[in-house]
Amino acid sequence: MAMVDVLERLGFTVEFRREQTCCAQPAFNSGYHTEARTVAAHFLDTFGDADTIVVPSGSCTSMITHHYAELFAGDAKRQQQVRELTPRVFEFSQFLVDVAQFDDLGASFPHKVTYHDSCHALRELGLKDAPRRLLGKVRGLELVEMGAAEECCGFGGLFSVKFAPISGAMARTKVESIVATGATHVVSVDSSCLMQLRGALARAGHRIETVHLAEVLASRG
Amino acid sequence: MRVPEAAIRKTLADANLQLAIYTNTGRFKENRSKAVAAEVLPEYQELRTRAAAIKRHTLDFLDVYLLQFESAVEAHGGKVIWASTGEEAADFILKLAKERAASLIVKSKSMTSEEIDLNERLAHHELEAVETDLGEYILQLAGQKPFHIVAPAIHMTRNDVADVFTEKLGIERDTVIENQAMTARRVLREKFLAAGIGVTGANFLAADAGAVVIVENEGNARLSHSAPPVHVAIAGIEKLIPRVRDLGVFLDLLGRSASGQALTSYTSIVSGPKRAGELDGPEEFYVVLLDAGRTKLLADKEKRESLQCIRCGACLNACPVYRKIGGHNYPWVYSGPIGKVITPQFQGRGKDPWLPFASSLCGACAEVCPVKIDIPGLLLQLRREAVAADPADRLLFRAWAWLMTRPAMYGMLARIGLRFSGVEMGPLAAWRAERDFPAVPEKSFRALWKERKK
Ligand code: SF4
Repeated sequence: MAMVDVLERLGFTVEFRREQTCCAQPAFNSGYHTEARTVAAHFLDTFGDADTIVVPSGSCTSMITHHYAELFAGDAKRQQQVRELTPRVFEFSQFLVDVAQFDDLGASFPHKVTYHDSCHALRELGLKDAPRRLLGKVRGLELVEMGAAEECCGFGGLFSVKFAPISGAMARTKVESIVATGATHVVSVDSSCLMQLRGALARAGHRIETVHLAEVLASRG
Repeated sequence: MRVPEAAIRKTLADANLQLAIYTNTGRFKENRSKAVAAEVLPEYQELRTRAAAIKRHTLDFLDVYLLQFESAVEAHGGKVIWASTGEEAADFILKLAKERAASLIVKSKSMTSEEIDLNERLAHHELEAVETDLGEYILQLAGQKPFHIVAPAIHMTRNDVADVFTEKLGIERDTVIENQAMTARRVLREKFLAAGIGVTGANFLAADAGAVVIVENEGNARLSHSAPPVHVAIAGIEKLIPRVRDLGVFLDLLGRSASGQALTSYTSIVSGPKRAGELDGPEEFYVVLLDAGRTKLLADKEKRESLQCIRCGACLNACPVYRKIGGHNYPWVYSGPIGKVITPQFQGRGKDPWLPFASSLCGACAEVCPVKIDIPGLLLQLRREAVAADPADRLLFRAWAWLMTRPAMYGMLARIGLRFSGVEMGPLAAWRAERDFPAVPEKSFRALWKERKK
């Protein structure tokens, strides 16, 4: 809801399509292309006529913009749809900075914060500066970089369940790095990373909060 | 093989081992990123693009370059041996050793020879092969396989090494690294002088010159190929590059990607036996070109790029999974991201079907790969092939897809799901074994949206 608040405050009309469900990444990443195609087709049909699609997740965004074309290889009609749609799909911070060209949203969040680069936002979408620029303009916010900002939190979808001990160990390393900054909040653009980090922080008994970038930007602290 | 879960847990629980892996790979990783930083090496991305293009081109025309390489080697008085399996490669060396009455072989570091269990095969016929790279030597004494493709004993501390030396060499326990290196040196000098054959690997094979290029830091490879009267280089066919002058690009990348070194300490370009009038060098020179699954992979256009690898180890050091589970929990000598990609392709998919799935697909490997191998993309491809052969989760995903195309049902189940998140079973239990489950929101987004728009 925070993302909707921010966008509406900027004067955009936000629409939530009740038909929407999932970008299809879980099946795609698990090797089940047929099932992924069914769900991705549903996505295309749901959002085909939208002006701009803003996604509060780096991972879902890159699924759509980087993998849909491959998923529909050999299906000319769907591929055409993908070609038309992908230039209008943006991750939230990418949309604000690159498209809407805002960086100061008048937010205030008087806390010490560290930013976790989600793998897909960073490496597939190339988003390193945009979220930091947005955070830099927030009143009262002190941004401290952690040593392992670019290291994976260990979520990885089904990986976190099928290889739970490895995933958990990865999360613990990340947590150590977060704790070392002395921050009270860790911010990211992917809810799945935040869920993983929240679980690992809580398990280790730390009181550091996990917040989505949109929540920070919506905050009037 | 199933996931070696017990072994993985053991590695994860070993605090000393964890520290050794994390700090050592961390140091390589750090050094690499400094060495390729835009301020230091502005042409880095350009180099990667060129290296990838050269490798791709060579693989596309590998048949041509292999034959060119063979004739160039022969023109200099050497000989090329085509081995389609590890067994054939080992048989050649065994036969050669018999003919030359050699009972001792010195070896420099070669993952290809590890891949075919060369030492074990030779030992089986009472032929002693001594590893001369310090790390490999320690592992050979300890009876272990390489933990890392570049730094094989990265997991061992100087205390571990002291124990191995005391036990196997019968010397007094000494934990000073310099002294340990001196000990190895003393033993190995004798071996170099006594050996009848020197076996090396090859980092590159230059087709135009028929040259074997060996990159190293200790000088042991140089001794291995120049001290004994016979030099056998063993290499996978994918090690070809068209010309000696292409080497520049690769040498600029290899040392930096591996350890942050602008250039490794020794680079040998060997192109044949000792010529008339030359003082040193071997009398005989052989290059064993190994297939062992490579031509099969070469035929697969989509995954052919797996063969571009120059074995720099950067992807291992960058990999958050490798940095936790280390090298010995991978089923084969090739560990880390590239191991996950080539093991199922070289050894057959059926053997370790879990391997391509043991990744969070974070992409850190592809980011550092000097020859731009799309490792996450290849893993996805391999996952796809794995589930085509054994669709264990198909029903689950079919149900999921059914639900995801029925928004009303999805919304309802999401509401119900919120209430059930306390249940202790299946994936939830696996999740909870490692971390807490997030507090459940009171209301779903759908519900909030409905209220807002009223
Ligand atoms: S895959 Fe790339 S990064 Fe990994 S070892 Fe090979 S060349 Fe190096």
